[in-house]
Amino acid sequence: MTTPTLDAPDMTATLLEARGLTKHFPVHGAVRGAGRRVARRRGSGPVVHAVDDVSLALRAARVTAVVGESGSGKSTLARLLAGLITPTAGELLLDGRAMARSRRRRLDYAKTVQMVLQDPFASLNPIHDVHYHLSRPFKVHGLARSGADLDGKIAAVLERVALTPADAYLHKYPHELSGGQRQRVAIARALAVQPRVLLADEPVSMLDVSIRLGVLNLLADLRDSEQLAILYITHDIASARYLADTIIVMYAGQEVESGPAVHVTDTPAHPYTQLLLSAAPDPERVTAVTLRGAGAPPSAVAPPSGCRFRLRCPHAMPICAERVPPAFPAGDGHVSACWLLDAGPKSPAVTTRAGTPEPPAVSSCQLVRPITGEDAPDLGEER
Amino acid sequence: MSGDRLLEIRGLCVDYGHGPDAVHAVTDADVVLHRGEVLGLAGESGSGKSTLVMAATRLLRPPGVITGGAVRLYPAVGTEVDLLEADYDVLRVLRWSQVSLVLQSAMNALNPVMTIRVQLTDALAAHQPHLSRQDRHARAVELLEMVGINSDRLSSHPHELSGGMRQRVMIAMALALQPQVVIMDEPTTALDVVTQREILEELKDLRDQLGFAILFITHDLSLLIEIADAIAVMYAGRLVERAPASALFRAPRHPYTLGLLSSFPPLHGPRTPMTGIPGSPPDLRALPSGCVFHPRCRFAFDKCAVQAPPLAVVGASNDRLAACWLQLGDGPAPAELALREPDLTEPTASANGTQTSSGPTGRPAPTERPAPTGVPERAADHEEPVQQGSTA
Repeated sequence: MTTPTLDAPDMTATLLEARGLTKHFPVHGAVRGAGRRVARRRGSGPVVHAVDDVSLALRAARVTAVVGESGSGKSTLARLLAGLITPTAGELLLDGRAMARSRRRRLDYAKTVQMVLQDPFASLNPIHDVHYHLSRPFKVHGLARSGADLDGKIAAVLERVALTPADAYLHKYPHELSGGQRQRVAIARALAVQPRVLLADEPVSMLDVSIRLGVLNLLADLRDSEQLAILYITHDIASARYLADTIIVMYAGQEVESGPAVHVTDTPAHPYTQLLLSAAPDPERVTAVTLRGAGAPPSAVAPPSGCRFRLRCPHAMPICAERVPPAFPAGDGHVSACWLLDAGPKSPAVTTRAGTPEPPAVSSCQLVRPITGEDAPDLGEER
Repeated sequence: MSGDRLLEIRGLCVDYGHGPDAVHAVTDADVVLHRGEVLGLAGESGSGKSTLVMAATRLLRPPGVITGGAVRLYPAVGTEVDLLEADYDVLRVLRWSQVSLVLQSAMNALNPVMTIRVQLTDALAAHQPHLSRQDRHARAVELLEMVGINSDRLSSHPHELSGGMRQRVMIAMALALQPQVVIMDEPTTALDVVTQREILEELKDLRDQLGFAILFITHDLSLLIEIADAIAVMYAGRLVERAPASALFRAPRHPYTLGLLSSFPPLHGPRTPMTGIPGSPPDLRALPSGCVFHPRCRFAFDKCAVQAPPLAVVGASNDRLAACWLQLGDGPAPAELALREPDLTEPTASANGTQTSSGPTGRPAPTERPAPTGVPERAADHEEPVQQGSTA
């Protein structure tokens, strides 16, 4: 039962793809006047720009990490990908097909795309034992033929998350398990239906430090042994670097940078990623920390024009306020939405820009490292 | 050394509950905080970090019971107050003016229905009744500006501030009476990494200006290594190691510290598989015999399961302490050395008294945390300031 029901997908086959995924939440009228609740009509009034125009592809046997601060839209993105909320705009393609609305197709989708939540203390029901939790997916999806079959399948899925011997855990209640064991049960529950995509929303942030790596290593094993496509959402860029193949950095609901994990963390191209890395705890750090761009994220209800990071950005230029930066290549499959990387008039993105000030004509490789170069903002004015 | 002691916790034992069912939350804890020092207290949840400081400041609530030990505060050179014996009136004066506390959840620590002004001036009014209303207001403005908040925020309520600002208000409140000891219990855990860094940098500046000592509690050892002068590591209610921060990082002496260090993926260098620590922290109601860490320890030998190791000086310098039979040279020595070799280089150095100099090369398990080249030199640079800091 542990054999994945896959047709040996190509190593880079895209399983789940998001194109221009956007989610805006209406801001409901606050309590005004004499305690009257004013509900606004749908489609009008202010909205929270939780996720704006995010595109990503989750591939088989790959871990994609989404890194960002709280409020950057990471969890909303996960809920969109899980189909728990409907996008305001954009497409969600599973195996190249758009998600249908019918209940039958919805169930099929849930069978392929499963989610693991942050807090295993809250995501497991305290009045039910492990056996009950793990029997639910089999029953909901009609995957067990008999009681014995169900028990066998539950034991097998516990083995997949290294909770062995299964008998020792079957009749335990959540309070009898440690945090790490609880999270493994939550992962087992997600794996029960043999999904091909696993969305893990901060799966280790509630766990004790010494057991986090065990859970991260489990996810890595599942990626390798079962060809799972994993979305790993985290605020900890070091753990993303450790586990992920690809890192996507989000800021204020938008994707600001993405690329191969080590490439993004070793040569961050976007000033926000550079800020995140300079703020992250690092015992190897020798020099004093200089935060370039400290401050708070902008309002999600009225985000700034152009680049949303520009108000904090140490390199902000006039163009940053005028136009939303597209994803510029930063080498090796690494892209960054920052005007600093604008390669000049040759770039197709720039030719569409009429009437804007003269673009900085500097090669992108010079600008990939404003992290060390104090002169980076000046480079744009060289010519 | 003893002259610059500020807060001294000796053999502190704290239980939750009475009799045979009591949970031993803290056992025999020795912590010494020196004047102007940043001492990090690291440990996982349930390791007793918060219980330890709550007991030491007599803020522990039932069913917590202090069952032994002594806590001495030295407000000035030559004066000594036993905090466990002190009357309520004495404590009332010492709290906040000598020892103040910053808690993790600023939202819960601040009163949601009172303005920042009221909460900031409350302690001033209680401790310095001679101050006029205007003086208190002026001081509140000064305090807020000290932590980088505009004074027009004085009339705000907590919900109108961001998480980082609330935590800054907490820090301003803690510093209101210029205490010598500021205890911070996971002060930045709920904050985003950039905000956390901003606050830590401010805290460093404030410490340099005002000269208070910080007892900084956190589960994030990698953060402590950067900000603390010295670090004490707790596990299951016991102190297992204490060392200057960089020495602890370069050459941990306790297997648990080593395991913790190899639980934080590095931000640099090649990616290599890391293991963390197998198993989970023990249930405090059913602690393992002997050394509490032995069931998870890959170096454990017979003695570890039988007898609990004391926290003892390792090597020549008095600032390195570890509670491990491997370090106390008492076990089957050859096997012990053979086991430790790949993890702690120059293991014999600890026995021979060249402890400090072994720091640079004593990088934790190269198989787990590859040190970038050039580490030895940097470590040597680090050693000096840390020792100065801990004795300043």
